[in-house]
Amino acid sequence: MIEHRPGLKIFCHVALLLGVATVAFPLWVAFVASTHTADRMLEIPLPLWPGTHLLDNYRTVLTQGVQGASTAPVGRMMLNSLVMALSISIGKIVISLLSAFAIVYFRFPLRMFFFWMIFITLMLPVEVRIFPTYKVVADLGMIDTYAGLTLPLIASATATFLFRQFFLTVPDELMEAARMDGAGPLRFLWDIVVPLSRTNIAALFVILFIYGWNQYLWPLLVTTQESMYTAVIGIKRMIPGGDAAVDWNLVMAAAMLAMLPPALVVVAMQELFVKGLVETEK
Amino acid sequence: MATVSIRDVHKSFGDVEVIQGISMEIASGEFVVMVGPSGCGKSTLLRMIAGLETVTSGEIAIDGRVVNDLEPMERNIAMVFQNYALYPHMSVFDNMAYGLKISGLPKGKIASQVQWAAETLGLAQYLRRKPRELSGGQRQRVAMGRAIVREPTVFLFDEPLSNLDAKLRVQMRAELQMLHQRLRTTTLYVTHDQVEAMTLADRMLVMSMGRAEQIGPPAEVYSKPATTFVAGFIGSPPMNLIRGRVAPGAELLSEGGARVRLPRPIPELAGRDVLLGVRPEHLEVCDEASALLTPNIDFIELLGSDLLVYGQLDAAKADSRIAARLNVSSGAHKGPLPLRFDVANMHLFDPQTGKRI
Amino acid sequence: MATEKRAHFPAGWLPYALVAPQLAVTLVFFIWPAAQAIWQSLLVQDAFGINVRFVGLLNFRELFADPAYLESFQVTAIFSVLVTLSALLVSLLLAGCCDYVVRGARGYQVLLIWPYAVAPAVAAVLWTFIFNPSVGLVTYALRTAFGYDWNHMLYSGQAMTLIVIASAWKQISYNFLFFLAGMQAIPKSLLEGAAIDGAGPLRRFVTIVLPLISPTTFFLLVVNTVYAFFDTFGVVDASTHGGPVRSTEILVYKVYQDGFKAGDLGGSAAQSVVLMVIVIGLTIVQFRYIERRVQYT
Repeated sequence: MIEHRPGLKIFCHVALLLGVATVAFPLWVAFVASTHTADRMLEIPLPLWPGTHLLDNYRTVLTQGVQGASTAPVGRMMLNSLVMALSISIGKIVISLLSAFAIVYFRFPLRMFFFWMIFITLMLPVEVRIFPTYKVVADLGMIDTYAGLTLPLIASATATFLFRQFFLTVPDELMEAARMDGAGPLRFLWDIVVPLSRTNIAALFVILFIYGWNQYLWPLLVTTQESMYTAVIGIKRMIPGGDAAVDWNLVMAAAMLAMLPPALVVVAMQELFVKGLVETEK
Repeated sequence: MATVSIRDVHKSFGDVEVIQGISMEIASGEFVVMVGPSGCGKSTLLRMIAGLETVTSGEIAIDGRVVNDLEPMERNIAMVFQNYALYPHMSVFDNMAYGLKISGLPKGKIASQVQWAAETLGLAQYLRRKPRELSGGQRQRVAMGRAIVREPTVFLFDEPLSNLDAKLRVQMRAELQMLHQRLRTTTLYVTHDQVEAMTLADRMLVMSMGRAEQIGPPAEVYSKPATTFVAGFIGSPPMNLIRGRVAPGAELLSEGGARVRLPRPIPELAGRDVLLGVRPEHLEVCDEASALLTPNIDFIELLGSDLLVYGQLDAAKADSRIAARLNVSSGAHKGPLPLRFDVANMHLFDPQTGKRI
Repeated sequence: MATEKRAHFPAGWLPYALVAPQLAVTLVFFIWPAAQAIWQSLLVQDAFGINVRFVGLLNFRELFADPAYLESFQVTAIFSVLVTLSALLVSLLLAGCCDYVVRGARGYQVLLIWPYAVAPAVAAVLWTFIFNPSVGLVTYALRTAFGYDWNHMLYSGQAMTLIVIASAWKQISYNFLFFLAGMQAIPKSLLEGAAIDGAGPLRRFVTIVLPLISPTTFFLLVVNTVYAFFDTFGVVDASTHGGPVRSTEILVYKVYQDGFKAGDLGGSAAQSVVLMVIVIGLTIVQFRYIERRVQYT
């Protein structure tokens, strides 16, 4: 369409650039902070350009953590976050795939009952059941374990619904042809359904990985030892309340590290990420 | 090659009975076409033979063995679906090999089987391609290849040509016939297209609303339709049906008062209400003296060497339309047109039951 | 689209086995605790669980009579309205601009969506650092340029502003994505027809684009509200801790405070149940509307 409205176009670009700047501002601030010394970070005004201590800070933070901040080295915490995020995303995908397959491709008594039960979990985010869930985990002896971190978050209605919706679009004839070829249900699932679901699985993986990595409330409750803290929890704990001086440079370095893996996943798999978001919310 | 027996088969979905007692014996190597309008139950019947639907009552036997409770893969049959149902993520080779792989055939044997099937269908150079890279006709062949590669005793086709364009359909019809000549496998073929049915079938099963209207070879179904449904379904344009009372002296008095002379008198039906049937292609233009009926033609379609003329037989009766397929050189024109037909092409049906008299 | 499939396998024990893992986790970690929460909300017990009394709806009555709780309700309501409105408006503007300028749209998209990857708690840490009363960059700018004294530890309005900014910052990218997708789904022919009829870009936006993306808007409204209610725990915990003087103590934070720090299990369970009801209400609204939305397309 031919339209000569340079004024409007400029306005839009300006607005967008402002938006990008606002969005990028905290990131820039953190990055800059993570490249200076702790002392420099206490002199106001704080620097707007990077310093020279990038490697030092990151190395310290990864291997030693922040002094006096009651956390483990960030490297350890990132590992915890990684295990948690991977377990949750992979676990959710596998469990939901199996459930959705069963609900769609079988008619068995109690089928709708199971369906509604899974649906109910949509209405029970962890924040609504924190104490009883904590008690259950404690009773099962899973405090401070990877299992305790991940299992309560692994049953997901959204993933199940996504797969169910997708399976409903797979042509019936495909399953019938497979049956004629002699494939049983599990074979059909593995040979036909899973390959066809590849994009959905990848898209879900992106969303779920970020979800798992960014968990806050639950890991806060379930971990008591520093060595089990996740990266996100660790950042917060590095900032003791009150007037104690904070090594902002190290804290910001840790924050950068905590943001890095999910950001990488989003940017690298942007297409899938967008698709995943839009599909899961339908 | 196997025989297929359908013995008084009924099928209900809940309270709705969709197949109401169909029986047919199919000989080994026979090509049977199940034809009828949408919703008549032909696909359901085929799927019951395939094992994709359960049988509510009655028996289905393949090669003498009752298969009602057998899984599809235990029946030694293969099916070609309307939408081809190819596995989109697998190559042509893998698509055809899948069933063989599951049955545990050794790799070498699988490869040679697939190669044979591919060559039979002209697919040898497409083996590495994925379905989305193939045209409609090629995909259809892959679907057939998947069926023949297992060398089953019965082929089932569910409207396989419906998704192809007209020209391709004609070509594939010929290929199907040649394939059947070569392999001589018992084939059950479902279609709503009566041209496909007439050209491919050894015998036809004409269905309507879950019932078998007629079973027989195409020639018989055409020349001796058992019911008005069959008469109207086979042949295009459909057979003309004129309702009236038999008057003495070889005449039919139509409901609206028009007179139709009959080629021969039928004293045994005197005074009875009948449906007189004549196919459009059996009407000829003649002189007024030998005319048996003289409809008022108001619409003419030119089809190359043929003319389709449509007219009103009875001015008083709005739905007494007559169609005739005439030669271009027959001198057909608008207005009153004298037509005649032969005794051999006269059909009589009972207006109440629709059955042939 | 069908909600049932015609093609299915004969049942047996297999479907049960397939559903079992999800069912097990659901029962053990969702249903059972939820039931526990409901049960506990009807009890009063001391911190050690020794003295337990069934008191019916007493906890709820006390809850709604408690000014601190009602204040928390109010705080949460204000907070969610502010977050939702600001996130929606800003993202709508950005999406509209991005849809209008074809050039560079891709780049803008990439640059605007990555905050989704940041955890709310980390977002709060960053923004708290920027607004840090002693060393924050913005604090410094406000002081030197306007003489304005920023200290969100002391001023409750500022504290609310801070958590709203930190929460909305993240949501802008999420909303932006959905708005853009919704706008790009509008058939070009509609806009072209309007342009031929003489409608300028602004008029087209208001009279065509906005109404057509209303399903998306409504959907985002619900999602943002849910986000503001529940996913922002980390924001509060990492910045204001509910202060000063509980002026940023949103409901979900209060549950945590009262339960873990203060040990009031009955009251905290009652609060959980109230939150449950709110979630259920919002989810029902969301699904009811989504179903109708599907009929538009």
